[in-house]
Amino acid sequence: MASILRFRKLYYVEQAVKCSSVGFESLDQSPKIDQKLDKKEEDVISANNLALGINKRKRAKEWRCIDSCCWIIGCLCTTWLLLLLLCHCWPVTLLRVPELPGPGARLKREGLTALHPVVLVPGIVTGGLELWEGKPCADGLFRKRLWGGSFTEIFKRPLCLLEHLSLHYETGLDPPGIRLRAVPGMVAADYFAPGYFVWAVLIENLAKIGYEGKNLHMAAYDWRLSFQNTEIRDHALTRLKTKIELMYITNGYKKVVVVPHSMGVIYFLHFLKWVETPPPIGGSGGPGWCAKHIKAIMNIGPAFLGVPKAVSILFSAEGKDASYLRAMAPGVFDSEILGLQTFEHVLRMSRTWDSIVSLLPKGGDTIWGNMDWSPEEGHVCDFSKKSHSQTSLSDNNVNNSDVKRGFRVKDLAKYGRIISFGKAASVLHSSKLPTVDSKEFSRTSASLNFNISCGDIWTEYDEMSRQSIQNVAADKAYTSTALIDLLRLVAPKMMRRAEAHFSHGIADNLDDPKYNHYKYWSNPLETKLPDAPDMEIYCLYGVGLPTERSYVYKLSPSSRCKSIPYKIDSSISGEENSCLRGGVYFADGDESVPVLSAGFMCAKGWRGRTRFNPSGIATYIREYRHKPPTSLLEGRGIESGSHVDIMGNSALIEDILCVAAGATGYEIGGDRIHSDILRMSERINLPL
Amino acid sequence: MVVLGQLLLVHWFCMFDVVALVIVVQHNARSIPQYVTEAITGPLTDPPGVKLRKEGLTVNHPVVFVPGIVTGGLELWEGHQCAEGLFRKRLWGGTFGELYKRPLCWAQHMSLDNETGLDPSGIRVRPVSGLVAADYFAAGYFVWAVLIANLAQIGYEEKTMYMAAYDWRLSFQNTEVRDQTLSRMKSNIELMVATNGGKRVVVIPHSMGVLYFLHFMKWVEAPGPMGGGGGSDWCAKHIKAVMNIGGPFLGVPKSVSGLFSVEARDIAVARAFAPGFLDKDVFGLQTFQHLMRMTRTWDSTMSMIPKGGDTIWGGLDWSPEGESFKCGAKSLRNNSINSMVQNENINLEDNVESVNFGRIISFGKDVAEAHSSKIKRVDFQDAVTSVKLPNLTTNCDIWIEYHEIGNHRIKAVADNKVYTAGSILDLLHFVAPKLMARGGAHFSYGIADNLDDPKYQHYKYWSNPLETKLPNAPDMEIYSMYGVGIPTERAYVYKLNSGTDCSIPFQIDTSAEGGIEDSCLKGGVFSADGDETVPVLSAGFMCAKGWRGKTRFNPSGIRSYIREYSHAPPANLLEGRGTQSGAHVDILGNFALIEDVLRVAAGATGKDLGGDHVYSDIFKWAERINLLL
Repeated sequence: MASILRFRKLYYVEQAVKCSSVGFESLDQSPKIDQKLDKKEEDVISANNLALGINKRKRAKEWRCIDSCCWIIGCLCTTWLLLLLLCHCWPVTLLRVPELPGPGARLKREGLTALHPVVLVPGIVTGGLELWEGKPCADGLFRKRLWGGSFTEIFKRPLCLLEHLSLHYETGLDPPGIRLRAVPGMVAADYFAPGYFVWAVLIENLAKIGYEGKNLHMAAYDWRLSFQNTEIRDHALTRLKTKIELMYITNGYKKVVVVPHSMGVIYFLHFLKWVETPPPIGGSGGPGWCAKHIKAIMNIGPAFLGVPKAVSILFSAEGKDASYLRAMAPGVFDSEILGLQTFEHVLRMSRTWDSIVSLLPKGGDTIWGNMDWSPEEGHVCDFSKKSHSQTSLSDNNVNNSDVKRGFRVKDLAKYGRIISFGKAASVLHSSKLPTVDSKEFSRTSASLNFNISCGDIWTEYDEMSRQSIQNVAADKAYTSTALIDLLRLVAPKMMRRAEAHFSHGIADNLDDPKYNHYKYWSNPLETKLPDAPDMEIYCLYGVGLPTERSYVYKLSPSSRCKSIPYKIDSSISGEENSCLRGGVYFADGDESVPVLSAGFMCAKGWRGRTRFNPSGIATYIREYRHKPPTSLLEGRGIESGSHVDIMGNSALIEDILCVAAGATGYEIGGDRIHSDILRMSERINLPL
Repeated sequence: MVVLGQLLLVHWFCMFDVVALVIVVQHNARSIPQYVTEAITGPLTDPPGVKLRKEGLTVNHPVVFVPGIVTGGLELWEGHQCAEGLFRKRLWGGTFGELYKRPLCWAQHMSLDNETGLDPSGIRVRPVSGLVAADYFAAGYFVWAVLIANLAQIGYEEKTMYMAAYDWRLSFQNTEVRDQTLSRMKSNIELMVATNGGKRVVVIPHSMGVLYFLHFMKWVEAPGPMGGGGGSDWCAKHIKAVMNIGGPFLGVPKSVSGLFSVEARDIAVARAFAPGFLDKDVFGLQTFQHLMRMTRTWDSTMSMIPKGGDTIWGGLDWSPEGESFKCGAKSLRNNSINSMVQNENINLEDNVESVNFGRIISFGKDVAEAHSSKIKRVDFQDAVTSVKLPNLTTNCDIWIEYHEIGNHRIKAVADNKVYTAGSILDLLHFVAPKLMARGGAHFSYGIADNLDDPKYQHYKYWSNPLETKLPNAPDMEIYSMYGVGIPTERAYVYKLNSGTDCSIPFQIDTSAEGGIEDSCLKGGVFSADGDETVPVLSAGFMCAKGWRGKTRFNPSGIRSYIREYSHAPPANLLEGRGTQSGAHVDILGNFALIEDVLRVAAGATGKDLGGDHVYSDIFKWAERINLLL
């Protein structure tokens, strides 16, 4: 308080001086006033040898104003101090948000104990990244988190940070002079930001039944790189292999249970192939490695067949409401911080990340549907009512769902067209659409190089001619196969770089020796599962949330420095209960990954003995219906089904704990399905 | 006063290494921008990493850090009700916030089981893993951070650096039994060698980590199930150099005072200044006894009891450093050569007192200085066996072993007057039988007569350099790097504490001062040369003599080098903890040491560095030690 008072006094005096200089000219008017001044002003004024020319009323008024200002400041400070004091005195337990009662404690009472070692494989974006070497602008951030944590640095020096987070556009590796590395250990992805848990709840529940550092491992990797590059640069796959072998041995030869999440799922798929492949590109574990070391893979929110959202990120750096980047760090990428060219910056950065390309939809039209057909067709988009009607829907009640389909036949969403230009293009029958093949025109005008320079940021759109941009839009609708061609057209360099690491097709003949190349390893439709008949594969994911499935685009008005020429047409919405909202068609899923992508492999692609699963590894689907938290106190809910929050879902945690403690998929109840996944996958015509 | 008490308590906790008060100063110094610092002190010299990068050094050999006692963080994985909400929070290291908030709960969780030396039931406290385990001990108090930053300058990163964090409370073999820490370390070293093109690792242990790594080298080559089954050439294949920093190879006298009466000099002074304050309840209970009970459950403290007995540490009237060492810190370096020349007729000189460093504990100052023939000693063990065990008077609500001893025995201990390194063991066996019985299963303090005796295959000998052979790895190098020029505790003057039942019966006699200004005796403690924690003798002897050339302890002739760093205190407060410090922990920020480490990591050999680099009299002292090699 003393300092506040002093501050007031200072201000007072200063003001007096200011007044004196203002009133200097009108010196004669009221010379007597200064005698009434109190002592403080007298000091100042006598020093200047002045008689003030300001009438008393005016000055009094000013003082009152200053006074009240100071009083307010004083009061604020006092209350703040008081609150601070109270906070410190308050019992710690009262202030803390009540912890979510996970099932760990209960299961421990029921006698579950740690048996199989557990490996956690985090997904994209959730892992922390720290700086090991940087440009001068990142001085003092050595071994500080640039990604994850509080993100304070992004607010302080956004452009510097974007530069450091980007990779080299040609190689997809570190730019010269910058080394950003994954944070190792459990802290890598337990919390993404303070209070925003990712793995923390699961880890805590595992610890309740006896897990600790020696039998619980977080396989952190740099999620920006392509999977094979994590091995080339950081030896991440070799480390994971060594770690699993070590845990297997030190825990009494118990096989590990692997729990990958989101993109970690396909990362681990890549690992499965890598580890059994001979060197130099593989891990030389030999053909029996997986059978010997892995008990079960419990994929959470698996993006096996990609996510449509990745398209919109790469195409125009936007997803409707929950683009990965902005959902994870709300406000970070707002335009105020980065200036007007936010999207351009984000687009430029995310296009240097090979990993996003790994999330593009795989399997083409066969899986995702073509112009007039999609496996989800007939999907009911009334998400508010859905949770109630769903049970009856899924319980083989064909009549019921047929009736519903009949009702909404006008509003059938054509999910197969992942990008359409204009609403009309998204609903019209394909025969009415112009049939221009994008490949025909693409090369004709590509040579026209505009070379508009717009500051530092450069995206590949700058190298496209206005004509070809128009042509892309004129082509109206793109299915997932055409989409890859489209991306090759608009971002040739990125796709050339990334397609050396990822493939998005379907294999005709899996024994073709070309499939030994690592770019096929992360695509479940172009690899065989390892020969490990005792292994189990689980698909655990949330359902009941609207999930982006396809987009309606428009050309954005041309301007020199708006270098992204396409934009989701957010003005377009269907009628109430329509699947189309704000330019995006929604389908069932966990808010990020559609059910189709998460469940198809377990429901059909790998079910039984198929060509993708020659040894007949058992697969199980466990779906978790989303229920929003009932009260604010519950935080993000214990029954959430959304992509990241599901990691706090009690039912899911219980399943994982049971399997880690030794149960099999059959023992925890086999499949548990709420969605239409079985019917959807039946419609997909894939030779098995 | 309470704040002071708490600070002192923390101070004590960091029994060996850490000075809490410095943290505050350090923290303030850090917040001052660099240009201000430069304006005051002149332009800063380039840190070694920057300098060596300009010379073209790059990452070459992978590096393994082995932290010492106390500096590694510990976190909670399972606890009692009172520790709710602390899951995976640091109990040790960081802010120590919980120590203040719930001290009893904290002490309960930090303790180990009294019988087994492992976890108590329902509590699991585990080491923090990764580089964060010991880069900073508390906010702003660096341990490994400076070295890590400099290594990063020449290109090191997570894949080429590994912090072998372990639970430093456990005995070394128990870290393997409970956490498989040694297996992890082996697997990680193998991984790093394999992924870095077969380049062998450079291991950098610090403080107790030195002993831990000695244990590891034996463990890894021993056959299973007790050992790691790496085969007899594992070390030769995987290790290029072991760069021991401040290594207490032969133990530290400080650990004796720690075990004997839970006090090191710092706290002894505080006790004298504020009588009855620290004895009584800072936290509402007998603090000292609580701390003592906690630390006595930690087996690892027993790894640092002086080893080698009288042969190494000196007898009643003789010690290796004894007569040639002058204790005035100022004149230490300049006069050491002079005094060596003059030490023939030392008794004639006024200003050089003869110090009996060999008597690690003496009761009374007169006893400490008198010639052995003049001391009347009563053998305490005879005296004790004749007295029946008294009834336990446990009206103290906590358990420590002193209460089971009884007053007669305590008197007998004091009557024995003088204890050397050899008889200290008997003394500890006597005052803390359970503790020593537990420790005896894991550590040994003797000198081997015949190293080929099969009994030396037991793991309890592995961390004692005088009872093990180095591995067969002629291309390996062993460095002993330590600070000199700081007075280091070497021997103590004790007195009986005439307190109540519940207090600890022995106390350092802080009133005992040397007669002259530059005396080695200050506040009841005789100091010798060292790095403030480890005497030069313990840090340097093995590399100066025990392992020099082909000896029975070093059958394959592994080359050994001594690198001493003369302590220069920071010129001003702004420099923080200094770039030329020789103190036990601060030496990890010493630029000369960092440069040596970086050069070796980048491929240099000991010869390239310039071989030995010695300020102290270690070679002279080592010569006086009569050890069969």
